[in-house]
Amino acid sequence: MNRRELLKNTACGFGYLAMAGMAHGEEYRSPLMAKKPHFEPKAKRIIFLFMQGAPSQHETFDYNPELVEFAGKKADRAGSILPPVYKFNPSGQSGLPISEVFPELARHADDLCLLNGMHTDSPAHPQATVFLHTGNFTFVRPSMGAWMVYGLGTENQDLPGFVTLNPVPIGGASNYGSAFLPASYQGTSVAIAQGQAPIANIKNADLKAASQRKQIDLIQDMNRDLLRRTQVDSELEGLIESYELAFRMQGSVPKVLDIRSETQATREAYGLGDRVTRDFGTQCLVARRLAEAGVRFIELNMNGWDQHAQLKSKIKSNAAAIDRPIAALLADLKQRGLFEDTLVVWGGEFGRSTTGQGGGSDGRQHNNRGYTMWLAGGGVKGGMRYGSCDVNGSAVETKVHLHDLHATMLHLMGLDHTRLTYRYAGRPFRLTDVHGNVVKDILA
Amino acid sequence: MILTAGAAWGQPAAPGPGAGMDFFESKVRPVLVKNCYMCHSREAKAAQGGFVLDSREGLRLGGGSGPAVVEGKPGESVLIQAIRQEGKLKMPPFGKLPDAVIADLTRWVEMGAPDPRVEKAAPAHTYSEMDLQKGREFWAFQAPVAPKPPRPGAKQRAWVRGDIDRFIAAGYAAEGLTPVADADRRTLIRRVSLDLTGLPPTPAEVDAFVSDKKKGAFERVVDRLLASEAYGERWGRHWLDVARYAETNGRTRNYPFPVAWRYRDYVIDSFNADKPYDRFVTEQLAGDLLPAKGTGERNTNLIATGFLALGAHDLNEQDRRQNEMDRIDEQINVTTKAFLGLTVGCARCHDHKFDPIPTKDYYALAGIFRSTSMLSGLRQRPQFNAVYSDPALYATLEGVEGDSEATAARRATLWDRAMKIERQRGRKDRLQLRQVALQLGKLPVPGNYAMAVTEGKPQSCQVNLRGDAHALGENVPRGFVQVVYGERAQLPAIPGDASGRLQLAEWLVRRDNPLTARVMVNRVWQHLFGQGIVDTVDNFGKSGSLPTNRQLLDYLAVRFMDQGWSVKKTVREIVLSRTYQLGGTHQAANFAKDPESRRLWRMPRLRLEAEAIRDSVLAVSGKLDRSRPDGSPVFRWNVNAEANRGQGGRVQPWERTSNHRSVYLPVIRNAGSRFFETFDFPEPSETRGQRDVTTVPTQALFLLNDPFVREQAKNAARALVDEQKTDRARAAMAYKRTLARGPDARELDRALSYVHQAREEASGDDASSSADEAEVEAWTRFYQALMASAEFRYRY
Repeated sequence: MNRRELLKNTACGFGYLAMAGMAHGEEYRSPLMAKKPHFEPKAKRIIFLFMQGAPSQHETFDYNPELVEFAGKKADRAGSILPPVYKFNPSGQSGLPISEVFPELARHADDLCLLNGMHTDSPAHPQATVFLHTGNFTFVRPSMGAWMVYGLGTENQDLPGFVTLNPVPIGGASNYGSAFLPASYQGTSVAIAQGQAPIANIKNADLKAASQRKQIDLIQDMNRDLLRRTQVDSELEGLIESYELAFRMQGSVPKVLDIRSETQATREAYGLGDRVTRDFGTQCLVARRLAEAGVRFIELNMNGWDQHAQLKSKIKSNAAAIDRPIAALLADLKQRGLFEDTLVVWGGEFGRSTTGQGGGSDGRQHNNRGYTMWLAGGGVKGGMRYGSCDVNGSAVETKVHLHDLHATMLHLMGLDHTRLTYRYAGRPFRLTDVHGNVVKDILA
Repeated sequence: MILTAGAAWGQPAAPGPGAGMDFFESKVRPVLVKNCYMCHSREAKAAQGGFVLDSREGLRLGGGSGPAVVEGKPGESVLIQAIRQEGKLKMPPFGKLPDAVIADLTRWVEMGAPDPRVEKAAPAHTYSEMDLQKGREFWAFQAPVAPKPPRPGAKQRAWVRGDIDRFIAAGYAAEGLTPVADADRRTLIRRVSLDLTGLPPTPAEVDAFVSDKKKGAFERVVDRLLASEAYGERWGRHWLDVARYAETNGRTRNYPFPVAWRYRDYVIDSFNADKPYDRFVTEQLAGDLLPAKGTGERNTNLIATGFLALGAHDLNEQDRRQNEMDRIDEQINVTTKAFLGLTVGCARCHDHKFDPIPTKDYYALAGIFRSTSMLSGLRQRPQFNAVYSDPALYATLEGVEGDSEATAARRATLWDRAMKIERQRGRKDRLQLRQVALQLGKLPVPGNYAMAVTEGKPQSCQVNLRGDAHALGENVPRGFVQVVYGERAQLPAIPGDASGRLQLAEWLVRRDNPLTARVMVNRVWQHLFGQGIVDTVDNFGKSGSLPTNRQLLDYLAVRFMDQGWSVKKTVREIVLSRTYQLGGTHQAANFAKDPESRRLWRMPRLRLEAEAIRDSVLAVSGKLDRSRPDGSPVFRWNVNAEANRGQGGRVQPWERTSNHRSVYLPVIRNAGSRFFETFDFPEPSETRGQRDVTTVPTQALFLLNDPFVREQAKNAARALVDEQKTDRARAAMAYKRTLARGPDARELDRALSYVHQAREEASGDDASSSADEAEVEAWTRFYQALMASAEFRYRY
């Protein structure tokens, strides 16, 4: 009995569910089905910890002794050199210098690959945020998560392939949009907050599951009748399947997002019991659950890193909010054997000046010419610093442009950034446009 | 004190011929590199003041304060004024240069500012006259000539109804295909109603058509639909996709366009009035330059040019030249894609890779738009973090009510205050200005404002080398896309005192323009058959698809022009063809040869667009409000507040809260409605003549769970229970309303048994519910299932 006959002969009801796994025949392939990468990947999924506002590298992950040496001297831009307001400690076997505001994360120093010579094209928050996510701030382009799912599909057909938690307003939907790529590759925005539905329409407010199933069975009966009348229609088969996936998502999505099933110890580790760490800790824990469930690209969002003023207090409180959750996430991924093939990326849209804001000593200006991001996990070297900035804050040595980072992220996922293209308006497009080089030196 | 010279050195010293060059190399270049390049070079990304001095051209063009160097005249050279630090502009900012250095630079300007730093010549490859001649041989660049409709074969003679069918039948013969049987009348009226108006037929309309045995029954249906307001609402929306219509400026900071909706209404009215397409094109590009009979026509003409003004663009003015070139690029893109189906935008940085469109052609068009001022309404002053509607950036309509006297007075006061603060430009004024801007923003813009364009200072444009707005090459006279016209074509001459938009429009709608008519009839064809004769509707160039039936395309294009560029006549002729009235039946032999029915051996089924799904649901429920709303909610928004910020719920789920047709709901860039996005509403920042068709579970979730669908199903069920007294009659009517047909015996049985169990369940779930409530609940579930069914989501 071939598949179509089986479809025809399956009477209404739950019988169809048993077919769900088979519902990917030759004729119809869901755009989200897992696809073969260009080459053997090092990472299967990405967790991107987006720090909106441009965190100061000088108080976090970029130890530059010149700032102490030249403290108070004039640089090539307004203001005078401001030394780090926090102390750096050599951490781990590698002795990587990590700021004292990250005591927990410092324990993972040997897993971190600090990119201290990042640079990007715009020193304005909105432009740079969109640039970070799409590789372009002049035109509307697909976001990197959409590119990943376009290139690789996703591993769990019960869940979307790209999820963004509590997306920041700046940049809006561009940060997780699919632009000209088919809409199924766009990120699904999930709100991790009390009293909000995490995904639109994931729950039916009026019907019990059994009643809804009967309704879906009626819909599917009508659809199968139609398929019988039209005989061959792969799109219609896809539509029939989409009702089954929707029904499954109603079951799977709330479960994946329900962290109540986690042990007390885990909840403690992520800092869920502490007001300071609760919000980001919840995002991190949900991220781990999504990673475990096979979601391809998971973005976490945290804003408030724009320290023109209150550098000392805000860096400390921001760091406190994420230090324990991120450390817990790394440890948890390791413990579950997910760390090796999960690429974790941390960073903002740009960084901050070596000089104090307005001649003061408790704030720093924007700086896109040199900043820091870090990577950990799938396929990157740990305990490593790569690149550095001069005393003026410009990346000088082994610089990594944002396009290079995009190329490297795709590379780790088994995708060649020059071959992952999409034809649109008469020409092929890429995440990296005509730029980007894979940063080979940091590959494990 | 400077610790390190932050910026890289410029180009290696070119051996200068003569003393002037030596002087530059020894005395001038080192000074510029050391003191200026860090902020005023192309290496320094955000060139301060929009000014770079690392090239000969850059120095001569200068920035916001005028030319930095006037050869031989140090007194007029801003560079010299700035380094002398006598005026307002003092450079470098970190201290005055030594007097000797200032003297050297002054002397250098007196010498005529010799400067060997010539940009590398234009891109290595450029299209020659030969290339252009050869390029014109491509089918799309040859003017269409009316082909003689082919003679049908003996077997086809009875099938063919008109000329369109003759072309299609020739295709069948060539491919060995046989057309399937005609669609039945119920399928046909649902098809044509959805295609022409985006709404399903009512049961009464279906019955009338099915029982109309007189000749011309289908013509009467078609003419009724073409005459309805709903026609323009659907076909206008198709055009709005092409025109990348939206009501915010999009991009990184997303502010409202309070009167963009005027353009939306203009487009709908134009399609309903069957405005000749050549006129429609001309109005959108140059309506402001057309003579007008009376104020109504003048207003319409102005509003039409909103086409050029409502693109996605940054308001940020930090780099003025870049900003201007980006604005122009957006206008070139939309104009050439919409009307010509060409991707001229590709030639901004280099000659077009596929089509013989040299960079020069791009800058010839750029000159036209550079000579045009955009009235998009908004002004942003980044240094003050304030945005406001600037009266100077709107067109004013005549005979339309503007501000009341009180509002006008308040606006004038606030405006004066804003301008006063702006002039002071101090840091302390920043907050103060923002306060004023916020208050200004609270006043809705005057009701007689419109987005538009107007004539600017006529000027040509220099080639931007590699697309770099600060690296200027050859000056290009204004003109059109060369490959699209023959060498000896008599082109409209652009007068010295005009932008050239009117001439651009004239050129576009000339009969010998090979693309304009073809591109439009192809768009029409696509909306009736799901795919264009040229599949890539926005790209007729070499990288696009070839026509599946060029003769048919040319026939339609020539006929379109012959019939006064009437879109309605074209639509009418197509839907009255036998081809359009074919059934959708499967046929194995045809399918093996042509699975997608590119040759139209059957009618392809089409997925309803987001708008048609929502409007159909409302039509079925009886709640559709067919009136046109007054403007748009965006009109009342504070223009100083971004649309994608924490806007306190300003971006509303209008698809649920309004009962108007979807075309009238606001279109917000970067904050689109979840529902519309789920059903592939296009990102409204670029021309999108062809929408995606995706089939994803979030669509199913919407139809299963969204309160909107449930509520409309309930409205429909309430009416059904009140109007029809038996289960059978109810089931039959529900089918008719949603699918324009009655259920067959099996479907009826299934419906009755479903409703029976749903009724039991509903009364069992809630013991307190009355029999009537349980009845409505059961039919609500049934109606919702019909609305979610594939048959409802497609038109066959």
